[in-house]
Amino acid sequence: MDKKAMKKLFFSNKMTVVCTILLMVIILASLLAPLSPYDPDAVNVAEKLEEVSKTHILGTDELGRDTFTRALYGGRVSLMVGFAAMCVAVVIGTLIGTFSGFKGGKVDMVCMRVVDVFLSVPSLLFIIVVYSFMPRNMVTLVFMLASFSWTRVARVVRAQTLTLKERDFVLAANALGVRQKTIIWRHIIPNLMPQIIVAASLSIANAILDESALSFLGYGVQLPMASWGSMLQSAQQYILHNPILAVVPGTMILVTVLCFNVLGDMLQQILDPKLVK
Amino acid sequence: MDAILKVENLSVLFRTYAGEVQAVRNISFEIEEGNVTAIVGESGCGKSVTSKSIMGLINKPGIVSKESKIFFRDENILEYTEKQWENYRGQGCSMVFQDALTALNPTMNIGKQITEKILVHKKVPKKEAWQEGIRMLELVGIPNAAMRMKQYPHEFSGGMRQRVMIAIALTLNPKLLIADEPTTALDVTIQADILEMMKDIQKTHGMTIILITHDLGIVANFAQNIIVMYAGKVVEEGSSEDIFYHPAHPYTEALLRAVPRLDVSEETLETIEGAPPNMAKPPTGCPFAARCKKKLPVCEQTFPERVELTKGHEVCCWLQKGDR
Amino acid sequence: MMTDKDRNLLEVSGLKKYFKVGKKKTLKAVDEVSFYIRKGETLGVVGESGCGKTTCGRTCIGLYEKTDGQVLYRGEDVHQMKGEKRRQFTKQAQIIFQDPYASLDPKMKVSEIIAEGIRAHELAGSEEEIKKRVGELLVTVGLDASYGTRYVHEFSGGQRQRIGIARALAVEPEFIVCDEPISALDVSIQAQIVNLLEKLKKEKGLTYMFIAHDLSMVKHISDRVMVMYLGKIMEITTSENLYNKPEHPYTKALLSAIPIPDPHVEEKKVRIRMAGEIPSPINPPSGCRFQNRCPYAVEKCRLEEPPLVQMEVEHFVSCHRCGDIS
Repeated sequence: MDKKAMKKLFFSNKMTVVCTILLMVIILASLLAPLSPYDPDAVNVAEKLEEVSKTHILGTDELGRDTFTRALYGGRVSLMVGFAAMCVAVVIGTLIGTFSGFKGGKVDMVCMRVVDVFLSVPSLLFIIVVYSFMPRNMVTLVFMLASFSWTRVARVVRAQTLTLKERDFVLAANALGVRQKTIIWRHIIPNLMPQIIVAASLSIANAILDESALSFLGYGVQLPMASWGSMLQSAQQYILHNPILAVVPGTMILVTVLCFNVLGDMLQQILDPKLVK
Repeated sequence: MDAILKVENLSVLFRTYAGEVQAVRNISFEIEEGNVTAIVGESGCGKSVTSKSIMGLINKPGIVSKESKIFFRDENILEYTEKQWENYRGQGCSMVFQDALTALNPTMNIGKQITEKILVHKKVPKKEAWQEGIRMLELVGIPNAAMRMKQYPHEFSGGMRQRVMIAIALTLNPKLLIADEPTTALDVTIQADILEMMKDIQKTHGMTIILITHDLGIVANFAQNIIVMYAGKVVEEGSSEDIFYHPAHPYTEALLRAVPRLDVSEETLETIEGAPPNMAKPPTGCPFAARCKKKLPVCEQTFPERVELTKGHEVCCWLQKGDR
Repeated sequence: MMTDKDRNLLEVSGLKKYFKVGKKKTLKAVDEVSFYIRKGETLGVVGESGCGKTTCGRTCIGLYEKTDGQVLYRGEDVHQMKGEKRRQFTKQAQIIFQDPYASLDPKMKVSEIIAEGIRAHELAGSEEEIKKRVGELLVTVGLDASYGTRYVHEFSGGQRQRIGIARALAVEPEFIVCDEPISALDVSIQAQIVNLLEKLKKEKGLTYMFIAHDLSMVKHISDRVMVMYLGKIMEITTSENLYNKPEHPYTKALLSAIPIPDPHVEEKKVRIRMAGEIPSPINPPSGCRFQNRCPYAVEKCRLEEPPLVQMEVEHFVSCHRCGDIS
């Protein structure tokens, strides 16, 4: 299928368009967060726990910080962690998956058992344990998250590589004396793109969820930096009096993750020729 | 002989992203009762779409145009109700597809798949239907029919599966059988066996068969009448004798010469240069004009009308205009 | 073993290729076949699906590892070549595939597909030169030089097959395995491709191993024809001989099954029928592989495997009974 038809298919589906627009708005708003007149971390006890008003459109939290501004900055952190973890996971997953699938035999066996081991570790608990020995910063967080989500990418990529390497065009490249490395880069990986894109969009959603969960438990992004998870956590005690404090970050997580998941699903349908035909 | 099926002005188009594909463009022909008629053409010529229209199997994005009429024994089947269709597909007309593996249900044994059809259309006890199923399998030359009724499609070889398909199609004694490339996926020796079996059944039962194929070889000793299609049009129609020994359309002629023959040695094969036209924007004139070695200036502008050369031998070609 | 070494480009002796199926079963795709291909000739390989013809072709150019036996290309063992030497061999022996849709990478431009071999073997100095070569190759196979900038999905089956041929020609090979290059194409396009292959052979002095299930086309293009059944060679002879005086019962049955587009000839044709269906190559019959379907089989056929023996010049048959039944 050519790109034109794919584009048409993509835009003819209302769900994909709505999700793309929503995500664009969230990402753009997060990027433009510095335009807000408030400092997200500056404590202003005089204005604490204010209701929705003209000056604070979504009110303030227990330390008098503007909820809207914090949600935007929190989005920056959550999305950034999500994207970064996804990138790391996709790179590791693709490399290991392709290598494993292409080499086959014992190499494949070993790689896949390693994947199985990673998949059977309760990731959140493990991260919490390891986190207590490591410097708590964003880089560690990203790598911790990625170290558990690459397995899913690797599995998908390996399965696809197994079928790709039996395809005639790869056989033809072999017959032409093209070097194995070149075959992987020129024939295998470009043809894995549909699977990688789908896995990536699902993996962002998962990373954002995990990051929120970690931050909620106090192991994610460190205070006073805002993230949707940590906002949820501090909103806990005010949930009865000021529910908006929890509703805002909660909705953000829900919408973002939902959008990425739906998009991943739709992309799968668009990019998988078997379903389209 | 009488016509059992009359197709008049049939047009079918498919709406796709690439635009409107006009798979069949305003074709008319008749099928004589008790004879084998072959529809011959290359992929994309519209032969399969034609057969699917006769079975009422054109679904979205395909559309059968409003002017189209298909008469089965003087009833326009395109005006049938759902109930009438059901009846027609069981006892009027049935179809054998190219790929028997996908046409059979892998989770049901063969016996159930045959008896299902009998039970839907006839009120008979199950046991009787089962016996009928065994009789059908024996008819198409499957050994140990009673035992094989209980087996599943994957336990049959390609050739046997195709026989099962034919058996299912033949239950309820349809008046018309459409075989759409029934042997294309099979090896030559199995193909020969199956064609022989079909020939036998046709002769003993006096059945009407429409054979859809791209292979002129299998048509040679099977069909009495041949319809040659190209780019959604019927370009020539006639008896087997007419088509093989007196082809009037340059396409038919070229097609006959492009296949090497076992019994003749030829130095080089004659080729038909170029490729069939894009059916999203078919040419206004004769669709074969661009590849025709004998084309006239008029060929590219207007589609030639049908000319009857001898009785039953009709052709659409400007070269035949005014000759006779 | 059969003729002098200098005339033979490829010599295959006792070649076996088994595949493991499941835990304990082996599929004997090619089982002890010996044949040779002379320089400049076309050897046709025919047989029904599952007879091992494709596996045989691919093993001959080292695309598959062998199980046993030997393939000598210009006197050198193809499967002993390692590393750089193996890579250099790919410059001499090429392959054209059956499916013109699966054999071209959908993510690559036509020019990139054709240039791949040129790049792999550094046959051109500069990008300019590569572009020029690709243009020439496209013209050689009857396409327009400007097609290089397009993607393969824009082309029809016949055009794609031409691109596949150009890709193989890019490294200037002397031997090409044509693995059913026309069976996926329409009748009117088949003749175009066969004529192109014949023209190229004449111009470049190529040697072909032409694999197909269509005997009429094989007869047309080949000098000699090899008939395979269940991984074994049944008969090898010149294409004249094969059609005029076939010896093996299987060859006869195969020939008589081919439909001829001529009603009068078809009517008179006598068919030689085989019993049953082709057995599974996982569990082939004992003795002669064809014995359980052969109308002439005797006790000996069930017990002993017939060797490939020479009947006359250029005519080898593997049958116990071919002397008695003709």
